[in-house]
Amino acid sequence: MNGLRDNISDTLVLTKRSFLRIPRAPDLLLSFTVQPIMFVLLFVYVFGGAIVTPGYAYVDFLMPGIIVQTMAFGGFVTALGLAEDLKKGLVDRFRSLPMSRSAVLSGRTLADVGTNLISLAIMIAVGLLAGFSFDASATHVAAGIGLMLLFGYAFSWVFAFIGLSSSSPEASQSIGFILIFPLTFVSSAFVPVDSMPTALQAFANVNPITTTVDALRALFLDAPAGNAIWGAVAWSLGIAAAFATLSVARYKRAVTR
Amino acid sequence: MAGDAAIEASGLRKSYGDVRALDGIDLRAATGTVLGLLGPNGAGKTTAVRILTTLLRPDGGSARVAGFDVEREAAALRRRIGLAGQYAAVDENLTGAENLEMVGRLYHLPRGEPRRRAAELLERFDLADAADRLVRTYSGGMRRRLDLAAALVARPPILFLDEPTAGLDPRSRINLWETIEGRVAAGTTVLLTTQYLDEADRLADRIAVIDRGRMIAEGSSDELKDQVGGERLDVTLEDRTQVDAAAAALEPLASERPAIVLDGALRVPVSRRQGVIAEAVRRLDEAGVGIADVAMHRPTLDDVFLTLTGRAAEQSDGEEGDAEEEG
Repeated sequence: MNGLRDNISDTLVLTKRSFLRIPRAPDLLLSFTVQPIMFVLLFVYVFGGAIVTPGYAYVDFLMPGIIVQTMAFGGFVTALGLAEDLKKGLVDRFRSLPMSRSAVLSGRTLADVGTNLISLAIMIAVGLLAGFSFDASATHVAAGIGLMLLFGYAFSWVFAFIGLSSSSPEASQSIGFILIFPLTFVSSAFVPVDSMPTALQAFANVNPITTTVDALRALFLDAPAGNAIWGAVAWSLGIAAAFATLSVARYKRAVTR
Repeated sequence: MAGDAAIEASGLRKSYGDVRALDGIDLRAATGTVLGLLGPNGAGKTTAVRILTTLLRPDGGSARVAGFDVEREAAALRRRIGLAGQYAAVDENLTGAENLEMVGRLYHLPRGEPRRRAAELLERFDLADAADRLVRTYSGGMRRRLDLAAALVARPPILFLDEPTAGLDPRSRINLWETIEGRVAAGTTVLLTTQYLDEADRLADRIAVIDRGRMIAEGSSDELKDQVGGERLDVTLEDRTQVDAAAAALEPLASERPAIVLDGALRVPVSRRQGVIAEAVRRLDEAGVGIADVAMHRPTLDDVFLTLTGRAAEQSDGEEGDAEEEG
């Protein structure tokens, strides 16, 4: 009947719920604002002198990497929130309501796009103050921002799956860190891949984070793109589709433990 | 099929690994009545509620709620039920009003109705003053009331209440009971789970006693109490040699022969409560029997369990995790 309209309306109701939470839980707000600033400053000023990045000032090399890492972690709120909803019985309530089976998840992942946009704006501002400069047209910069929001959205679905699969909110956070830190570190985000041992290089070269960072360097710094841009879009769409399917299937069977 | 059963389940089975949470349960609640599911932690009460509210699929058996099959017609069924439980499933980072409006929108109530309904329910549940406060500042009793209000937002004809008063203080319990009674008077069918006989006694028209996934008794509260043996008067004497005199003196009060238990104590089954203690004391005094202690004993869940299963209603390792936390 009104399936699609109800689905959209349910999603928006739950997106609003996630947004309302932000100003009310100031510790969360810190993670969207202060944490990205901290990472930019630490990497630029602590590692900047030690890491050699041929062809680029380290701050220029770093910014796309740190932005991708921040976007990859942006969805942790979804994992945390879903794990809390499970623990507190809210998932039972939502599942007993005549609402869309995916809205609880899509509401949260959509809200993450908003908070990722905030983090992104803050990081770019801090980066510019620390000496970063774009070497690209406004269209490319805008495309880069769009790619980041898509990429962050895809990882929100990874976190949705983590949140629904972990035994507690605390566990969901540590699982997220354990899974995603190696991905962002063994990639082209912070150091040139050819500076790594051969085994790690092999991993870094197939790592979607590397593809995405290379795509963002192409869009922000006019670096050679190869297939990185379309590769990054394909990875994001694939990750989003796979984890959305897995998460919705899991949600349909989820009950408070 | 009898058309007036709001809830009808037969042969429900559900296992978690080796644990049989439900081992073939039949339930029936006529429209406008309260069915109480009584049993200890881990008995299978929550599992039954979860199957009937479409949260879990049964391994076997079938159930209909409001005429809809829990497996094949889940979406239509969900429009006709409200669920409130032991967890107080409300969002701590929203206000009371925001919580109820959210639920109203998710039931797809007509435009404007969620807000109106939220205000109305907050008023009725004595939460109007706290309407715009974040729920994390609410007391346990307030959260429970809000949770119950959330279950009522869409005026569902069938309500599922999973241990609605576990962990509440006595005053909040009584308030909640009155609210539930009000809903029932307005025609709502209620399935209520509880560990407390007094709660089932007060609210339920029919009580199903479950233990280890099986129904071990079913009936009205009076019928169950008859099985347990009703109320009794426990008397402890100052002088144990007077037990026979005491038994003779109390004989006229007893519904069955007074039983002499060890150490100069008597158990006197009685069929009424009013005035029994005063009369017993007077009769014993007239017979010159000294009393150390006298007390009425009412049947408890433990008594029901002792009588029906031959063992005490101890917590059976809580394999379901029923209500072990909540503050």
